[in-house]
Amino acid sequence: MTIIFDLFAQILQMALVLLAAPLLIGFVRKVKAHLLRRQGPPIVQPWRDLLRLLRKETVLAENASWFYRAAPYFIFATTWVAASLTPTFENGLMFSWAADLIAIIALLGSARFLLALAGMDVGTSFGGIGSSREAMFGSLAEPATIMIVFTVSLVAGSTQLSEIASYMLAHSELRVSVGMALIALLIVAIAENGRVPVDNPATHLELTMVHEAMILEYSGRHLALIELASALKLLLYISLIDCMFFPWGMAPHGAGVVEMATGGVAFVFKLAVAGVLLAVFETSTAKMRVFRVPDFLGAGLMLGLLATLLVFVTRSL
Amino acid sequence: MPLYLALVCVGGLIGVSSLPIYKRETAGVAELIYRLCLGISALLFVAAIIPRGANALDLTLPLGLPWIGMRLHLDALTAFFLAVVNLGGATASVYAIGYGAHVSNPVRVAAFYAAFLAGMNLVVLAADAYTFLVAWEFMSLASWALVLTHHHDAENRRASYIYLLMASFGALALLMAFGVLGGVSGAYDFASIREAPRDSWQTGLVLALVLLGAGSKAGLAPLHVWLPLAHPAAPSHVSALMSGVMTKVAIYGFIRIVFDLLGPPAFWWSIEPMTFGAISAVIAILFATLQSDLKKLLAYSTIENIGVIFIGLGLSLAFKANGMLVPAAVAFSAALFHIFNHSLFKSLLFFGAGAVLTATGERNIERLGGLIHSMPKTAFLFLGGCFAIAALPPLNGFVSEWLMFQAILLSPTMPQWILKLLVPAVGVALALSAALGASCYVRAYGVAFLGRPRSDEAREAKEVDQWSLGAMSFLLGLSLTAGLLPGFFIDTISPVAKAFIGGRMPAQNEVGWLSIAPVAESRSSYNGMLVFVLIVASAWAARWLIYKYWSGATRRAPAWDCGYIEPSTATQYTGSSFAQPIRRTLGVIAFSARERLDMPLPGETRAARFSVQIQDRIFNFLYLPITSAVARISNWLNALNFLSIQEYLGLVFAALVLLLVGVAR
Amino acid sequence: MEHLSLDIAQLLAGALVLVSFMLLYQDRLQGLINIFALHAFVLTLSVAWQAYIQHAPHLYVTAGIALIFKALVIPISLRTIIKRLRIHRTVEMIGGVGVTMLIGIFLTALSLVVMLPATASADPLAREDIAFALAIVLLGLLMMVTRRNAVSQIIGFMSLENGLILAAAGANGMPLVVEISVAFSVLIAFIIIGVFLFRIRERFDTVDLYHLDRVRGERN
Repeated sequence: MTIIFDLFAQILQMALVLLAAPLLIGFVRKVKAHLLRRQGPPIVQPWRDLLRLLRKETVLAENASWFYRAAPYFIFATTWVAASLTPTFENGLMFSWAADLIAIIALLGSARFLLALAGMDVGTSFGGIGSSREAMFGSLAEPATIMIVFTVSLVAGSTQLSEIASYMLAHSELRVSVGMALIALLIVAIAENGRVPVDNPATHLELTMVHEAMILEYSGRHLALIELASALKLLLYISLIDCMFFPWGMAPHGAGVVEMATGGVAFVFKLAVAGVLLAVFETSTAKMRVFRVPDFLGAGLMLGLLATLLVFVTRSL
Repeated sequence: MPLYLALVCVGGLIGVSSLPIYKRETAGVAELIYRLCLGISALLFVAAIIPRGANALDLTLPLGLPWIGMRLHLDALTAFFLAVVNLGGATASVYAIGYGAHVSNPVRVAAFYAAFLAGMNLVVLAADAYTFLVAWEFMSLASWALVLTHHHDAENRRASYIYLLMASFGALALLMAFGVLGGVSGAYDFASIREAPRDSWQTGLVLALVLLGAGSKAGLAPLHVWLPLAHPAAPSHVSALMSGVMTKVAIYGFIRIVFDLLGPPAFWWSIEPMTFGAISAVIAILFATLQSDLKKLLAYSTIENIGVIFIGLGLSLAFKANGMLVPAAVAFSAALFHIFNHSLFKSLLFFGAGAVLTATGERNIERLGGLIHSMPKTAFLFLGGCFAIAALPPLNGFVSEWLMFQAILLSPTMPQWILKLLVPAVGVALALSAALGASCYVRAYGVAFLGRPRSDEAREAKEVDQWSLGAMSFLLGLSLTAGLLPGFFIDTISPVAKAFIGGRMPAQNEVGWLSIAPVAESRSSYNGMLVFVLIVASAWAARWLIYKYWSGATRRAPAWDCGYIEPSTATQYTGSSFAQPIRRTLGVIAFSARERLDMPLPGETRAARFSVQIQDRIFNFLYLPITSAVARISNWLNALNFLSIQEYLGLVFAALVLLLVGVAR
Repeated sequence: MEHLSLDIAQLLAGALVLVSFMLLYQDRLQGLINIFALHAFVLTLSVAWQAYIQHAPHLYVTAGIALIFKALVIPISLRTIIKRLRIHRTVEMIGGVGVTMLIGIFLTALSLVVMLPATASADPLAREDIAFALAIVLLGLLMMVTRRNAVSQIIGFMSLENGLILAAAGANGMPLVVEISVAFSVLIAFIIIGVFLFRIRERFDTVDLYHLDRVRGERN
């Protein structure tokens, strides 16, 4: 009986992240529009776009290979699996032991690997430029993330996300290292999701040069899958931050329906807060030059390293 | 019994290598040798995995030094490395059956190839210093001969010269290490070395010498300079063996001496392997990211992986010195598992590079491109190799890297402050090298296999033969298995950890659902199988749903590229333009990368030029002073060549008197 | 509650270290002055918090001095100075930011490693504060070493001073007089340097120390 219930919660989680991710994007766009005194499209607009894309015929470049056609499915699947293993409304999901925090980060790395390769398949200069920059950002952002993971899991004594969440819930203490890790994770999250100072998600022309440049040749269902994957990635990062630093309101493992519902409400609330903050941040800063981004990410890496050092040194001295 | 079998097999390999003496140059001989090597390697692999019981097997032959004989042994560590060596040997032989015909002078290559295999096996089996060193040199010389295969090329001759120099240097360091270990009594068999008491300065000296000897063979920075020259110069199946297997034999030497012969470790032993491992990992992967020669790129990436392995070994030493046996076993198992994994995917990638070389005659990725259309099977297998080596789940490279991270996470309780500073730094180096590794292989694969062909050779490439594809598929299958069922492999390794560390990781077959949990499940766990199944299932489900409920319609059209695609393939992103952001951000510090733009003034008719200069700082600061010093000293000593007969006699006489004085004291 | 107050004290000290890193990283003069104001503000918070948890009213005075002089007066007047010197848009060339940051991280870790065992018997409240204070002092020194511009050297020096005050506030009961004198010495040093800056500019038309060295004949 409990197994069935657990399975139900896991499936609910998978469905929830899938449904909520495009809505989150829509919400951020709406808030941004309001901040700029515009009306903005409705929140469900990203879903409408996705469904429209799915119905459309897919146009492939003449020399696109089998890899180009297969990659979107795997990019989507990898991101989705990573997102559904991150606790959102309930702690201790059924499959959460399948991948700990390091593995979730690495799964995102797999998705990035595939996406960067897919950008190079047609052999256009835009695809190449996007992939090349994505590779550079990734090679700085990933070590920064690993350092953050080190800090948090050393504090919590585990790399399992559910264990970290319950530890943080039980010990509400302020630590310098955890604070630094939080700032570093915010930096990484902004860079990894291609949000404003690093990349601009609102323009769909070659001007942005990173994420949109990589997927320039994609259309139809492939494009829909990649867009869905990037929405999932944003949601995943917000849930990671929630789960590691603000796990309040999350239902414990094996909780009843009421607690789960509370957890769900808390999760939606946290998403909304994060969305508003993101929108405010994005409207108040300008995009950086590409070669300033390594400095930005480097700051994240340094913070992560500093936090890890702090944890290492203060342990058992 | 397994030891006798192994011995007979090594003898067989030596016999096979002398086959060309009886059969003169005919095309069939090379293939025959490779087939025989395949059979013998397979037998040796069997000898390694036959259950032996807990005790080591020993054997003494009346050869070698008269007072100790030639000692051989087969314990858990030897068995593990025997398995790695012969798995690599067997697959390389399969590959060579197809590939070997394409190299120049196939029979000579085949003969030395068999001798090389024999040498590596003998190093692993040796149980006394004399046999060990003789086998080590045998291995070095055989591989040197293989590097010289394409000796018409001046660059290859230089590579093999540097290789010979470094190999002799390494062997010399090992010789002195064994000299210190054996002491004046001359007890050079491993059993008595293990027993002998030793001062701390002696252990320090041995440690430094072993790091020089084994490290130079394995390619640890700053002794790596020969590796990216020598490995690519050999034919591809030999490159695979050298990179995938021979470097592991060097690591075997390190483990055997440091973990076994030198006695219980002190914490400072770990500092050198970790520091140099971390430096190697980061520097080498940066170099790899900037290489445009596919085989050189792979060779640099080998150095990176060797660095990762040394980090694991160093961590394990630190844990063991602090009496933390389970974490020590985690780090040690991570290192051994990475050794196994790297031997799989590095061989696979070198085979792939060889296949590309056969099909196009090109090693330079800037002249390749679009191979995924003309060689789809090789492209698929190479992609798998890239995925594995870039440490991405669900393949095997990730698992060993993950274990390494878990070991680092166990380390803050160690009391030494230097370790508290060093271990996080090593951790960031490890993470950085993993991430850069992913970029490096995106670049390698993207430029060589994807995009549009950059030359006619790449356009007209043909898929390679069945043997090569078979060898690569086998390796990819094994990589996938090791990634999905890591628990099984970790359990296989754990007797080695038990014997050399004293502790072991919890048995992984008791963890449910085929996941792995290095310490406890509440601390960390990973399940490659489930992740793989979930990914494949959701990808398939997405495809099925889209085709059923929405649209599966597809149309081919010219690429969009924001309106217009330039037909010239030169407008694609090249390897060096791909590496530009990384070169600018990290390369300036690491190897003082300079870009020079020569822009003609208006009205001038010459073409604009852009050039990039990269310097190996290690080479400049470490090797050039040494070589110039050697040159100066030898210039100075050159005078000794032109003395009169009396002066020579005088020198001899003076030496004799000095020796007598020394004896008299 | 005891635990939480300790946490907040450490968090503030850690934030001060972070702001020191920002100082190290910032290459625009105007931004540098703003960050220095932030540095002083965080110091104020930190000292005030210490005053609150130690029930030491004289520390409030220290906090007030830090707020008024360091967070307000000095940044504002420095800004007017650089405006009058017309160097407020200057972007300093800092060679190898990455290396400097790495050295900074190493220094921070080193000060933790040195201070934590040395103060093992001390009040837990003071322990990490002192370690962080040492880190801030070292980072200030590092900034003075790596910068060439006179203004950024002054700021480096004052951030070093802030570290000393943090240490004094943490080490239960340093006499008020010392603190006031420290604060005033900074102010005086600042005035003197300000005057000098004008003189330098009048004479040599630059505040770049590189050119001063040239005048002294050490470089050519």
